[in-house]
Amino acid sequence: MTKTTQKILLDLVTYVLLIAGAVTMLAPFLWMVATSFKLPADQFTHTLIPNPATLDNFRKLFSFDLNFPRLFLNSTIISLLTVVGQLLTCAMAAFCFAVVKFRGRNLLFTFLLVTLMIPEQVTLIPNFIIFKYLHLVGTSVPLWLPAFWGGAFGTFLLRQYFLTIPRELLDAARVDGASLWQIFWRIYLPLGKPALAALSIFTFQGAWNDLLHPLVYMPTVPNTTLTVGLAFFQTQLTQGGRFTVLMAGALISILPLVLVFFFAQKQFIEGISLSGLKR
Amino acid sequence: MEYGLKPLGREKFWFWVMLTPTLIGLTFGALGSILATLGLSLTHWDLLTPPTWAGLNNYIALFKNPAYLKALTNTFEFSVMYVPGVVIISLFVAVLMNRKIHGISIFRTIYFLPAVTSAVATALVWNMIYGRDTGILNFILNRIGQPSVCWLCTKNALMSVVVVNIWGAIGEGMIIFLAGLTAIPREYYEAATIDGAGLFNQFFSITLPLVTPSIFFQTLMSTINAFQAYDYIYMMTRQGQGDSSVPVVVFSIYRNAWNFFNYGGASAQAIELAVLVILLMAFYFWLERRYVVYE
Repeated sequence: MTKTTQKILLDLVTYVLLIAGAVTMLAPFLWMVATSFKLPADQFTHTLIPNPATLDNFRKLFSFDLNFPRLFLNSTIISLLTVVGQLLTCAMAAFCFAVVKFRGRNLLFTFLLVTLMIPEQVTLIPNFIIFKYLHLVGTSVPLWLPAFWGGAFGTFLLRQYFLTIPRELLDAARVDGASLWQIFWRIYLPLGKPALAALSIFTFQGAWNDLLHPLVYMPTVPNTTLTVGLAFFQTQLTQGGRFTVLMAGALISILPLVLVFFFAQKQFIEGISLSGLKR
Repeated sequence: MEYGLKPLGREKFWFWVMLTPTLIGLTFGALGSILATLGLSLTHWDLLTPPTWAGLNNYIALFKNPAYLKALTNTFEFSVMYVPGVVIISLFVAVLMNRKIHGISIFRTIYFLPAVTSAVATALVWNMIYGRDTGILNFILNRIGQPSVCWLCTKNALMSVVVVNIWGAIGEGMIIFLAGLTAIPREYYEAATIDGAGLFNQFFSITLPLVTPSIFFQTLMSTINAFQAYDYIYMMTRQGQGDSSVPVVVFSIYRNAWNFFNYGGASAQAIELAVLVILLMAFYFWLERRYVVYE
């Protein structure tokens, strides 16, 4: 076998395998879209093209007693507040760890990294008890407030990026008499935009997709998030045999993130590489 | 690392302002919560009546509790299938994508899609796909003359859920491995080709050793995720009265605390989970020192 035929053969195998994989990754989404446009009577037909197609399921979603818009709004508010909290507090801490010289810096940073490995479930019960005594269970406060006391992942990610910003900039600013806060606000935040964008996306994704915390803090429909709401509808709607409406709900719930992903793919991917490689 | 600006005069105030949220998070959110959970695990408390001292009874009770032991076994079985599954498949996909091919960005987008979307939403479709009488999977099986399988019955549920969890995790693993693979200099492969090394040889003597840092990282992350797996379990294996056909430890923690109001017992389970994860991490870091190659 010559070199070129070997290469062509290898390319062929690569494409076949990658396409087969891509179909597996995509199939559930196609099924979701297809079912959401089918008539309820056609919900179990095994065709990918709905015939006839209908928008009725989406209309039901908003007219039903499901209160879908409210769930959507709750998820949006909680996710946005989480992003704001994380961006602000993680960026400030990351700046301190990357730029400021202070006693115990390395020790504190190591301690922060160790907390990355502690399962969240360990902190869930005492946090719940505190929020319960503050009468905040049943509100969205316990879901976004903790975002305002920093986080190991975000601080780590931003610090890694801040370290790549040339020190000469910092020294020059210092010579010009810039204060610590000005250096943070005028140099590190603007130059750190790619990492800040990546962190925003991850944080938004984490909050939007979270199931466990909303189940603990806002367990009852309709005063809850999309995830808990969908889990609740699952039992309701499948018993009523309305998979088409359920799929319409699932589709709308993933749409914001899918759109963000399509437009900000670069940030997603760079963020993951950033958190994974430079240690 | 010793480089850094010293805060001067009033800047010290701003420095503390910037660091305080994180300090609060570390003292109360992390350290305080762990100590609190540890304390709670030594009590009986339903949050309605005052707590009573339990000593180590909650921990002793765990090992006599068949439901908990079942959850522990399920968690281990889950991890044993999930971690190698994610690491091997994502590495394989990344190796394929790292060959110079067309349409790589389209493939990357598609493979990453499940990692973006919520487990709750995709689990709803998977439940339809796995459906016993109406699911597409059994429809295909029947078409090729095979009998239907009950994918989400107790016997198969763990396996079915692991498959979906792996499906959802390949995207992230693939990105980690792609970053590791592109960092390997092309010259290594060119030199190996000139020396007559075949593709398999190249993979095992160049790619695999040089990608060990990514393998280490991905194994670590997947293990942490496996021990905390909850969403798909909750969405796909729930039964009547909030039980699960294949409960895992996190499921058991939630159920004990918020369904049975046994906060002491749930805390003991949470502590055990943390100890298990920490022991495993220590083992991984020991392995890292022996086997991981950093250039």
